Amino acid sequence: MPERKIRVLIAKPGLDGHDRGAKVIARALRDAGMEVIYTGLRQTPEMIAAAAAQEDVDVIGLSILSGAHNTLCPRLLELLREKQMEDVPVIIGGIIPEADIPGLKQVGIAAIFLPGTATQEIVDFIHKRVGPEAGKSA
Amino acid sequence: MSDTTKTAATVETAQKRRASQHEREWEEKTLQPTLARSPERLAEFTTISGHPIRRLYTQADLADWDVERDLGLPGEPPYTRGIHATMHRGRLWTMRQFAGFGSAADTNKRFRYLLTQGQTGLSTAFDLPTLMGYDSDHPLSEGEVGKCGVAISSLADMEALFDQIPLSQVTTSMTINSPAAVIWAMYLAVAEKQGADWKKISGTIQNDILKEYIAQKEYIYPPEPSMRLVIDTFEFGMKHTPKFNTISVSGYHIREAGSTAIQELAFTLRDGIEYVDWGLRRGLPVDEFAPQLSFFFNSHSDFFEEIAKFRAARRIWVKTMKERFGARSPRSCALRFHTQTAGCSLTAQQPYNNVVRTALQALAAVLGGTQSLHTNSLDEAWALPTEFAATLALRTQQILAHESGVANTVDPLGGSYFVETLTNEVEAGAWEYIHRIDALGGMVHAIENSYPQREIAEASYRYQMAVDRKEKIVVGVNEFTAEEQPLEVLQIDESVAQQQAATLKRLRDERSAEEVRRRLDALQKAAEGKANLMPFIYDAVKVYATLGEICDAMRTVFGTYEETAIT
Repeated sequence: MPERKIRVLIAKPGLDGHDRGAKVIARALRDAGMEVIYTGLRQTPEMIAAAAAQEDVDVIGLSILSGAHNTLCPRLLELLREKQMEDVPVIIGGIIPEADIPGLKQVGIAAIFLPGTATQEIVDFIHKRVGPEAGKSA
Repeated sequence: MSDTTKTAATVETAQKRRASQHEREWEEKTLQPTLARSPERLAEFTTISGHPIRRLYTQADLADWDVERDLGLPGEPPYTRGIHATMHRGRLWTMRQFAGFGSAADTNKRFRYLLTQGQTGLSTAFDLPTLMGYDSDHPLSEGEVGKCGVAISSLADMEALFDQIPLSQVTTSMTINSPAAVIWAMYLAVAEKQGADWKKISGTIQNDILKEYIAQKEYIYPPEPSMRLVIDTFEFGMKHTPKFNTISVSGYHIREAGSTAIQELAFTLRDGIEYVDWGLRRGLPVDEFAPQLSFFFNSHSDFFEEIAKFRAARRIWVKTMKERFGARSPRSCALRFHTQTAGCSLTAQQPYNNVVRTALQALAAVLGGTQSLHTNSLDEAWALPTEFAATLALRTQQILAHESGVANTVDPLGGSYFVETLTNEVEAGAWEYIHRIDALGGMVHAIENSYPQREIAEASYRYQMAVDRKEKIVVGVNEFTAEEQPLEVLQIDESVAQQQAATLKRLRDERSAEEVRRRLDALQKAAEGKANLMPFIYDAVKVYATLGEICDAMRTVFGTYEETAIT
């Protein structure tokens, strides 16, 4: 039986339209053999949680540059809990002040990738977290 | 156009160079032995955009170059050397730092601080709800109020923003696009209240919706009604505010989205062509509205490529205005531009390195003949700048202007074999794209077919892969890395949103609801027809109809736009 590809939802929450990072990551993950669903712009946490459930994804990646992360991330995680999807790791990339990182990790963000991160680092993180190896070691 | 074909073409041209006898001897006697002893660092040298750069440029590269036709003199076509005869000797560029955060009062304080520090013009950053035409208390505004810029929901906020700043004496640039007509109407209302003469006030509204569809993606309405609004402002400005730039056709965001230098240049100028086309279709005489069009470019890290881009921009625009549009006024033909250093080049790692990057990028802009300049702050890969960081960025410009001596002569690089060759190549690359978009039926059609979006996404991915593979070095990121201490950054809390909500509630209670309704209805009715909407928007603004209400009146008629997302 062919191995199921890792499915990733890449989402742009909030009003910001700067989608360079989201697009680069979507393509890099796809090139690394993952299945990527990109939500497009201006998604509310409700829309993202619904898309994640419907697409049955293994990972959710959020691209946030606008400073709205402290509002958007906790709400999304809460919605995922309501849907019993708390085991789906949520990772974020973008402009995130260092002081906000502990708080985001505390509410359950699995990883935060700052500007300058190599795409391979994100690929590796996802493999480790939800790839076949992760299942065995857990 | 793929990079491979472009590279091949350039190499071929290089081989066709008619090198002098001396140069050929040099190759044999001096160069070859050197290469045999010690090969060069790289097999191929390219700009940050991937454009090939040769070892040496000589007279042979300029065999087809005509000093009168291609270089000329400053203040005269083709404006390669600049649009003014004396350039920065006559007047330095305007130091215009983009600022905006929190409430109107917070930003007013920063504005007044920057003016006391020797800044010579204002530039306003609006928050995302404002850019998207939502009031601060709209549900979608949650978490975004005052974060990326200042929150402006009504004329009352605009009055607070420019409190004690005389609009008759300062020029103001406003980075606002889809709701530009509304924000501009608010600005004009403040000017009127201050007793400033509309015929004399000067400034710029960005108002460039095409690059929003292409790159920055803060659009509300579909292209057709959006373009109508832009042309409405052209027409209004032509009649009432002759010194105001009614648009700043922007490459900045195209570049930030990951384009190459040539793509930035080509897409921006093709956007400019599209606006002129639509203005003419409205029946506006070209020499009456074109002088109010201005441009805005990015200054990225590859020094000479950027200088070549600015020089080529002026050459393409004068040819376009004269040959394509039959413009006669020099003011229609001379491309004036603002520059901002490249935000996307700033690194979160070792942020103080950003001061050096910004200084070099600013130098390129000055040598490229910019009319105004924003220098980024060192902390912007983390957050909006602190006052300390913003001051240092302004000081960078002042050092360039007053200490470096680079502003003492006009176009100091004019006649350089390398700079002139690169200017020619960048220009040729841009024309190829412009012709391709012409063939696609113009920019609106090209956008609807995702053509520029796809080209930029390709270039952006190519660059990221080059950085990941260390083919392009980013100091402190993929080479020369180090452990470091966190930086002190500007924090904007949610109290701004609460304040804004309270202010809006009070405003809605105090104004005449009936008058607001009447003027919003008039605007909506006008939007259904063909009238110029500026007077209707102005009327609504004056009675404190909010930004969200005015944009909603037009949303009802125009609908909203969703792009086809490409990844």
